[in-house]
Amino acid sequence: MTDQEKTEKKEKKERVPRQGMPEQDPGVRVTNFDEVPIGYSPETAMLEAKRCIQCKKPGCVSGCPVDVDIPGFVQLVADGDFLGAARKIKETNCLPAVCGRVCPQEDQCEKLCVLGKKWDPVAVGRLERFVADFERKAGTIEIPALPASTGKRIAVIGAGPAGLTIAGDLVKMGHGVTIFEALHKSGGVLIYGIPEFRLPKSIVDAEVEFLQKLGVKIVLNAAIGRVKTIDDLFAEGFHAVFLGVGAGAPVFMNIPGENFSGIYSANEYLTRSNLMKAYRFPEYDTPIAKGKNVAVIGGGNVAMDSVRTALRLGAENAYIIYRRTKTEMPARAEEVHHAEEEGVQFTFLTNPIEYIGDEKGWVRQMVCQRMELGEPDDSGRRRPVIIKGSEFTIDIDTVVVSVGTMANPVIPMTTPGLDTNRWGYIVTKDETGETTRKGVWAGGDIVTGAATVILAMGAGRKAARAIHDYVMSL
Amino acid sequence: MLSENIVKTVLEAPDIAKKRKAGQFVILMIDEKGERIPLTIVDSDPVKGTLTIIYQVVGKTTDQLARLEVGDIIQHVLGPLGHPTEIEGIETAVCVGGGVGIGVLYPIAKALKEKGTRVISVIGARTKSLLILEEETRSASAELHITTDDGTYGRHGFVSDVLKDIIDSGQKIDRVFTIGPVPMMRVVANVTRPHNIKTLVSLNPIMVDGTGMCGACRVTVGGKTKFTCVDGPEFDGHEVDFGLLMSRLRMYIDQEQEARERCRCGKND
Repeated sequence: MTDQEKTEKKEKKERVPRQGMPEQDPGVRVTNFDEVPIGYSPETAMLEAKRCIQCKKPGCVSGCPVDVDIPGFVQLVADGDFLGAARKIKETNCLPAVCGRVCPQEDQCEKLCVLGKKWDPVAVGRLERFVADFERKAGTIEIPALPASTGKRIAVIGAGPAGLTIAGDLVKMGHGVTIFEALHKSGGVLIYGIPEFRLPKSIVDAEVEFLQKLGVKIVLNAAIGRVKTIDDLFAEGFHAVFLGVGAGAPVFMNIPGENFSGIYSANEYLTRSNLMKAYRFPEYDTPIAKGKNVAVIGGGNVAMDSVRTALRLGAENAYIIYRRTKTEMPARAEEVHHAEEEGVQFTFLTNPIEYIGDEKGWVRQMVCQRMELGEPDDSGRRRPVIIKGSEFTIDIDTVVVSVGTMANPVIPMTTPGLDTNRWGYIVTKDETGETTRKGVWAGGDIVTGAATVILAMGAGRKAARAIHDYVMSL
Repeated sequence: MLSENIVKTVLEAPDIAKKRKAGQFVILMIDEKGERIPLTIVDSDPVKGTLTIIYQVVGKTTDQLARLEVGDIIQHVLGPLGHPTEIEGIETAVCVGGGVGIGVLYPIAKALKEKGTRVISVIGARTKSLLILEEETRSASAELHITTDDGTYGRHGFVSDVLKDIIDSGQKIDRVFTIGPVPMMRVVANVTRPHNIKTLVSLNPIMVDGTGMCGACRVTVGGKTKFTCVDGPEFDGHEVDFGLLMSRLRMYIDQEQEARERCRCGKND
């Protein structure tokens, strides 16, 4: 029987729809930073898991950058063996509670689910999240038995998704792993970028603690490139280095008035709120502008995170200013939907060209231009074209510029033999992430430019295997 | 305590002490609820593994820092950050410092002297009791001039007045380094501009991460946006938009006041 036939057979007996995710009411959640989705109950999870038809050639797995055995774990959920399901996912994914929340499943596993052809796909992401949360709450997270030490030491630079993944993989192969992180807390974008209401920080902390229990050493406040160079690390006896430093440098638009007070990069705005907990000022010392009229420039997930943060900080008007239309927005549909529900005002086909400040140097107005869509550009999206004479102003007191990020140059600058491309991203020889410098691998945003958590994790996984082969050959 | 509100602290940070060069800074965070603030490293001892910082008590964090006692722990210290001062090949330099800025200027003067530069230092404060590092600066300088705004010590007037006299005396000056309150640096840059003397200023804007990730510390230099943490902290004083720097430094003045008041009342200690 083919999978298609199975689907048809299932159609006759199956009337269970894709299970919805219970969420905090929009009117309530804009007043707090608690997580928006509440999570499946065990009953709902089993009901959803039973929708899976257990394809022989599962499309979903081929859509997963870290090859999670999706039908395998879903079957265990259907059987009520939630801890078994958690172990199954963790065979290839060390951060399931994170991935269940922030992966774009609609473009990966769920997109390829055969049920999705006629009905809605199995809610793989929601099930993954349920399983990981169940295991964490049960307090039964097992520390797997580790192989004997290989005596090899690997330095991982950056405690973000790529670095945490590779550290977990390498330590499980018996290597000594030390992560060097520049910030005072591990997690990278998971901790400074993604807000609490989308990814509670206690989850990230739990994942990091798990790695430490496995034996991964973490050195915080270590600006590699400054306090130690890559050469210094080799001199200290590390056998290989993995660079997972992300694409952390913010991009500004270089338009007049962009340095007025009240104008932030999305990185700064989110770092203040998430990492430094400025939303809890003055209990925490770091302040943040609590604007009444906040404009966020951009249409990606980071822009959605910023604008929804602005609402929670008390904005009366929170605008998304995007130069194309809703169709071209790179943000996940779910994030856009949540933002709409919460009262974000979307201003499409609009681009700022200048900021106007008051006598104190604080931004007060934004001059914008209307755009229309022209021919498709390199990305395949229709290029926005300026409509002449369409300038108008919007009154605002806070702006968050969320138009992308680029590579931070500090490590390439201080590492001889490490090649970068013209955008400053590290050049790799193959998909394992081997760089032009012997013994050095790289992966995640510092290679690809800003992408997703799961792609960075996939890069970490591939590099782990290559580094293992390399250090064992030394 | 170097004067009534300028404090010197020595902290242990062996890795940073080994690498640090004159002009670089650290980011400190006192505890998990604290903010991250940048402070220039005044001195380092690679053998003992210590760093010296000098700061003015202006807000909650510096207040807390000043109250620390020997043996207390500062939770997080990141550095050394920023580019070191360029000190090569300078025959004669004038180092102009005001207030707590003298703390940042002194290591530069010292490093210059070690490179064989003839250092003329001009340091000033509002009043005699606020003047710091007089002897240290003297030991790093071929010539030392002192001013106070109120005339209680040294010359009655501003550091920029002395600088004008030095320039007018006709001696050749290759470089001016100036560090102090923003208005002072602006005046000094205005004094040297007509004489085309390259003038470096060290900026201390608000920062968060200090590694080029957030852009809080951006300044306009020569019409272009620069990040002080990775492009600086020293810039050409003739190109810096000081007005913008001042307004950005005042961005959180209300919240800073609130945090400081709560701290004084003991509510948040």
